[in-house]
Amino acid sequence: MQFPIYLDYSATTPVDPRVAAKMAECLTLEANFGNPASRSHMFGWKAEEAVETARRQVADLVNCDPREIVWTSGATEADNLAIKGAAHFYVKKGKHIITSKIEHKAVLDSCRQLEREGFEVTYLDPTEAGIISPEAVAAAIRPDTTLVSLMHVNNEIGVINDIAAIGKVTREHKVIFHVDAAQSTGKLDIDLEEMQVDLMSLTAHKTYGPKGIGALYVRRKPRVRIEPQMHGGGHERGMRSGTLATHQIVGMGEAFHLAKEEMHAENIRLLALRNRLLDGFKDMEEVFVNGDADLRVAGNLNISFNFVEGESLMMALRDLAVSSGSACTSASLEPSYVLRAIGLNDELAHSSLRMTIGRFTTEEEIDYTIVKVREAVGKLRELSPLWDMHKDGVDLSQVKWAAH
Amino acid sequence: MAYSDKVLDHYENPRNVGKMDDDDVNVGTGMVGAPACGDVMRLQIKVDENGVIEDAKFKTYGCGSAIASSSLLTEWVKGRSLDEATKIKNIDIAEELGLPPVKIHCSVLAEDAIKAAIEDVRQKRKG
Repeated sequence: MQFPIYLDYSATTPVDPRVAAKMAECLTLEANFGNPASRSHMFGWKAEEAVETARRQVADLVNCDPREIVWTSGATEADNLAIKGAAHFYVKKGKHIITSKIEHKAVLDSCRQLEREGFEVTYLDPTEAGIISPEAVAAAIRPDTTLVSLMHVNNEIGVINDIAAIGKVTREHKVIFHVDAAQSTGKLDIDLEEMQVDLMSLTAHKTYGPKGIGALYVRRKPRVRIEPQMHGGGHERGMRSGTLATHQIVGMGEAFHLAKEEMHAENIRLLALRNRLLDGFKDMEEVFVNGDADLRVAGNLNISFNFVEGESLMMALRDLAVSSGSACTSASLEPSYVLRAIGLNDELAHSSLRMTIGRFTTEEEIDYTIVKVREAVGKLRELSPLWDMHKDGVDLSQVKWAAH
Repeated sequence: MAYSDKVLDHYENPRNVGKMDDDDVNVGTGMVGAPACGDVMRLQIKVDENGVIEDAKFKTYGCGSAIASSSLLTEWVKGRSLDEATKIKNIDIAEELGLPPVKIHCSVLAEDAIKAAIEDVRQKRKG
């Protein structure tokens, strides 16, 4: 085993060596280094061909037309382009946008910016399972609503929204539907011919591709319009200017191609590993899985060990790379807004651990993780006055704390 | 976040972990913080007839810096009189452990805990 063990695949994935090999072919003088926008010579043509191959590979994974793919620097840029771009383009129709309280900051902050510009935003509450229901979306739609923006899979708790069902609602009401799919490509089947999604943000680095490249899917039929946010040479049919990063794009294409080939087998393996991990904690007291137990991607386990604080837990797990919803791990000293929005009390949010597994996780690593986590939780509970009180039968919710 | 060697040492080998009998008139208990804020410290001291702290125990729910702050404090107060112990300042703890600015509140909590424990034992003895 190699230490530390990487259990943070939802933060980013390593680049698959097969992807890295393809990328390396697009950099040096001997290789495919040209500017895809150069129309006057072989170097440009070759680069353009590589970019268009990658565009097809990305389109194939989500079953859309390659002409519907616009390259961006990642999902954050795609979210910004989709939300601000659509809100601005359709401003004459209305200034109301719907999103949820557990979206990624790239979505929430884009919406905040629009609020400063005079738009009105409704932030839907998720269920305790972390789900946004089609009914909740339907109930929030108003005559002046132009855009609904929701994530396919939540980055912290891994739960899955029913995008197809929500798409039916938005299409019926003629509202643009944007989906952030950063966490779902290569994990769930996405069929944009079937799903009535208008805009979809994609990124490479959660699917074994490189960081710094993503894409926005922009539907052609019925045609969806957005205002560009980046102005310049008119690349990507005017929607996103900037010289195309051939090596990055080729990397994303290859990563998505591999995902299409391997995702079904991979998901079966990951689900078995995730269940093995969860089973390892089954007999422990006061352990809670955050978010729906079944409606979640195979690689995600978000779990709270009550009466143990997340940062101290991670300190004991220094040879494991995991993350926590604890306040102490964030600069703001606020616990995870996602865990709070699904109704967790602050204690359980502070006590949460997110372990996300992926392509290179082994059974041996899972078994080691179980042993280490159990040891650390046991040690820290021995240190915890709250555990003492719980064992003495004190109801902690009835205690008057001197909050500071 | 990078922890100082001293924080790591106290975290890995916490001193004086435990619980004393709260009904003992010579035992003072200070419990500060709140689970919702991510840290709760329980600091207990046992005082002899001369007003000298002969033993100290703690349990802490919180980050590594909070655990280290309370562990260090139990070492420091042993053998001191109650009056001497009240003079321990959070800044001394923060300096000794090399706490970064974002963790200063952990040392503040430790200072609050010892003050509460001293107050508790004084009240008990009066009664």
